[in-house]
Amino acid sequence: MTPTYDDLPALMTRMTGDEKHDASATSTLDVIWVLYHHVLRTDPARPEDPDRDRFLVSKGHGPMAYYAVLAAHGFIGIDLLDTFGEFDSPLGYHPDRTLVPGVEISSGSLGHGLPIATGTATALKLQRRAARVVVLVGDAELDEGSNIEAIQYAGRAGLGNLTVVVIDNESAGLGWPGGIHSRFDIEGWTSTDVDGRDHDALRAAFESGTPDTPHVVVAHV
Amino acid sequence: MIDQRERFYRVAPELLEQDGRLALVLAEIGVGYLEPHIGERIRARVVNVGIREQLLVSFASGLALAGMRPIVHTFAPFLIERPFEQVKLDFGHQGVGGILVSSGGSYSMAAGGETHFGHRDVALLDTLDEWAVHVPGHADEAEHALREAVRGDDRVYIRLDGKSNRHRYADGPGFTVLRSGNLGTVITVGPTADAVLAAAEGRDVTVLYAERIRPFDAHTLRETLTTPDVVIVEPYLSGTSIPYVTDALSDVRHRVIGLGVGHHELRKYGTPKEHENAHGLDVRGISSSFDAFFGDASDLRY
Repeated sequence: MTPTYDDLPALMTRMTGDEKHDASATSTLDVIWVLYHHVLRTDPARPEDPDRDRFLVSKGHGPMAYYAVLAAHGFIGIDLLDTFGEFDSPLGYHPDRTLVPGVEISSGSLGHGLPIATGTATALKLQRRAARVVVLVGDAELDEGSNIEAIQYAGRAGLGNLTVVVIDNESAGLGWPGGIHSRFDIEGWTSTDVDGRDHDALRAAFESGTPDTPHVVVAHV
Repeated sequence: MIDQRERFYRVAPELLEQDGRLALVLAEIGVGYLEPHIGERIRARVVNVGIREQLLVSFASGLALAGMRPIVHTFAPFLIERPFEQVKLDFGHQGVGGILVSSGGSYSMAAGGETHFGHRDVALLDTLDEWAVHVPGHADEAEHALREAVRGDDRVYIRLDGKSNRHRYADGPGFTVLRSGNLGTVITVGPTADAVLAAAEGRDVTVLYAERIRPFDAHTLRETLTTPDVVIVEPYLSGTSIPYVTDALSDVRHRVIGLGVGHHELRKYGTPKEHENAHGLDVRGISSSFDAFFGDASDLRY
């Protein structure tokens, strides 16, 4: 049975206990849904397939939307959602890749996912695999300088198989004068600013970019 | 005779030629030395990320997550201390392996001062899970450690020092018995061995040589133990391995001291030899520590 977007709130409720979810809890929901439903080439039956697309959730915080989409697409059992955060549950407040099928990195400490992704994207190129790497970061997470090291390297190495999606809910304490995309543009990335709730626009943004440069999608929510 | 670091720069490219799974990740340090050894077949797998040590370690983790075996190299403080959280999370917590190869030892760049001293590395790695730690005392040992490491999938740290012993002493992964005696045991780690052997001359003690210090070879320490008085001499932070000695002998009343690089900042430059003297790691310093420790033990109560 094919999951629909409308199934997600009920799945999240199994974790939060709340009937309604505020904007911060669902800030990543549309992006992750569009990726799994329309963009990524992944197979829950083969989560270790070396040719799979990689989706790295770098920020790790508030993973309910992530777990809900994974459950909707068959990576984890729906009943597991009821155990969210419990001592022996595989579903923690920050994901652990060794416990959850389909989770590519263990995250929670900010600023690790994008630097790791540059290595994975490079490995896939060296192995001549067509798979792409998509990394989700938060606008506040970009405060971490480790991201900047990765943005600089990826641009100069021309990692065309790397896409970053920044969930921009304007939570960065000191803001980003001149826009987030400008930090990427100057390092040779292509960029798209998009409404982070608009599924068609998100899908188009993930399908844009060029083969020789990394691409950033700034999703405003 | 080429030193440990130069041997690494020659052997690593050779290993990359033989195994397409390997990659060498650098942060400018070593790039110039390696260049003559990098053929076209491996050039794409030698990645210089620039002076970006957080990226250096995370990038290597990303390679490992895609099934490659990264060899990561720079000076010890920039490999272990600056990106410590990357070492902790991007290797340990991700559950992937890799090979970290440092150079410069504790004070090979003596005139460089505190910013370039690397004596805290092993103690820091001891707070993490399952890192094998090699402290080669000879270029042949460094080469052997690297050749073994590339065949596995585990987490390995190889600590290259500017100082080497006259001979290769290691004859296996565990501790090697260099001498046997009855009045105690000295464990000498890596490049400290020549000075330790000279200081042990004429003393009735067992000398064990450690090229691989983690995992700690408790078995050989116990098997060869006579009088349970143990000195461990390490070319990095003094006392780093004392807990391991104590654990190994937890059911034996024993004495133990650790010689190594002092905890206090000296704020001195000069030469590696001058630092060795200052930390009591020269023959005279080690010998006087032996005198004090092994001296007249008859008044000690076991």
